[in-house]
Amino acid sequence: MSGLEDLYREIILDHYRSPRNRGELATPPAHRAEGFNPLCGDEIVVYLAVDDELAGDDARVVDVKISGQGCSISQASASMMSAAIKGKTIREVRDITQAFKSMMSLHENELEGEDPAPEPMAAPDVELGDLEALRGVVKFPVRIKCATLSWNTLAQAVAEASQPAAS
Amino acid sequence: MTIVDTLDTTGIKADFPLLAAHRERPLVYLDSAATAQKPRAVLAAMDTFYETINANVARGVYEIAEQATNAMEAARRTVARFIDAPDPASVVFTKNATESMNLVAHSWGRANLGEGDVVVLTELEHHANIVPWQILAAELGLEIRWIPVGTDGMLDLSGLDALLDGAKVVGLSAMSNVLGTFTPVRAITDAAHAVGAVVSVDGCQYVPHHPCSVQDLGADFLSFSGHKMCGPTGVGVLWGRRELLEEMPPFLGGGGMIEQVSRDGFTPAELPHKFEAGTPPIAEIVGLGAAIDYLEGLGMEAVRAHEIVLTEYALRTLRERFGDDLVVHGPADAGNRGGVFSIALGDVHPHDISQILNEHGVCVRAGHHCAKPLMKVLGVGATARASVYVYNDQTDIDALADALDEARSFFAL
Repeated sequence: MSGLEDLYREIILDHYRSPRNRGELATPPAHRAEGFNPLCGDEIVVYLAVDDELAGDDARVVDVKISGQGCSISQASASMMSAAIKGKTIREVRDITQAFKSMMSLHENELEGEDPAPEPMAAPDVELGDLEALRGVVKFPVRIKCATLSWNTLAQAVAEASQPAAS
Repeated sequence: MTIVDTLDTTGIKADFPLLAAHRERPLVYLDSAATAQKPRAVLAAMDTFYETINANVARGVYEIAEQATNAMEAARRTVARFIDAPDPASVVFTKNATESMNLVAHSWGRANLGEGDVVVLTELEHHANIVPWQILAAELGLEIRWIPVGTDGMLDLSGLDALLDGAKVVGLSAMSNVLGTFTPVRAITDAAHAVGAVVSVDGCQYVPHHPCSVQDLGADFLSFSGHKMCGPTGVGVLWGRRELLEEMPPFLGGGGMIEQVSRDGFTPAELPHKFEAGTPPIAEIVGLGAAIDYLEGLGMEAVRAHEIVLTEYALRTLRERFGDDLVVHGPADAGNRGGVFSIALGDVHPHDISQILNEHGVCVRAGHHCAKPLMKVLGVGATARASVYVYNDQTDIDALADALDEARSFFAL
């Protein structure tokens, strides 16, 4: 069962059983994004509140909530993600996201469903902390999509939060 | 009446190279509802075709072209006999059952449906018998109504008359790919015919696992795939009532489906070629014929008896070992269902269940099984589904239960 223990690290099971930042936020002012995994029916909703939308990349995440349902890997990844980005600026959130995707051996374009980029992107120098526990997922390729679902959904919410409406 | 299982699964497993192959750990294949394994006889029939008579069908006057054509038409007669169809020309080869059901919607549907017309489906349909009608509904302005599934996993026919009122077509699975439920095809077909509706039956799960007579079912169309009945991928079947097929316009256009083509237009070929545009999957059709020969060698009554006995064993074993920790969705009586077990193990996610099962060599499917409306009825996003076939026996069910036990303790239920 050594392979399984790489996948289901204790900290992952802890986040799965006791998910952090579970719930919803009023929209507006918070931004809401939905992500689906059409293969397995998992769904994640990310609520993101920032202090000053007009500040662009300097805006700070003041609150984040996660709802939806999915397997232990997708739920734990979402829980850890919420803990990692709370209180961070949008710029820092982007760096963490990029570092996480890099750990998942994913190229930026591949994650967006486009053609694979020729080279993996450079990983920003970011401490991933608990998220490091998800490194074992790359040994189980069919589960990578479970781990990245919440991050793709977060990217949508970030895009909304950091691009104030033209009005 | 006691049902006796006469299949020799040890001998049958040996007929399937993939199951007989030596591995570090035994393979417990419980995903035949997705695709069945292939016996050596099917693989050999396809190899022999390519090695001895490979040529394109029809029109070739040389010897092997004629032999290839004959082999394909012999397989068509085999399929017709297998489903008790009186007329082999009403058996159309497609690439899979999904194409068969699309053919019905796009050819029959376009010619016979208009704005406001009613399509009746059941809540346990596979997406293949839903989405083609939704495509048509968006285009033509059709109304889609749903026959509900009860909490017992059976269709609830209490409101059938009202649902069928004004209906032009009914899409109906003969056996659910999620719950294993057998549906009362004959009763629904009789009721549909009474209001002038035609019935398109999805036989993907039913035809491989149950003796089948299109005359007894009474339906107008029957679709199924070769690969779920020990045949190869890439070949499916649409059977239709000849008088309906005759009147339907072609679905795909091209070579092989025409009688005459000029600059001004074309006249379609006779049945079944009208619906077989382009080079068909000839070797796969030959393989499907060999798969049916194999199943007929076992006997479809014996196949069904085997699955009733194995289903009873599975339901009993899971109930005894897991009690309330585990739910098998669908009918409780093995007489009303096939060997498809959609499992809920507490709140352990199906992906996590199947991951643990994989560590034990147990192959099951986790997901929505292309039946999202049914998932909504069940109140779940996904299930872990185990499904059996002729080569499975009690040791496979025991291995499933052992692996599920491991999943239960791993996630500390």
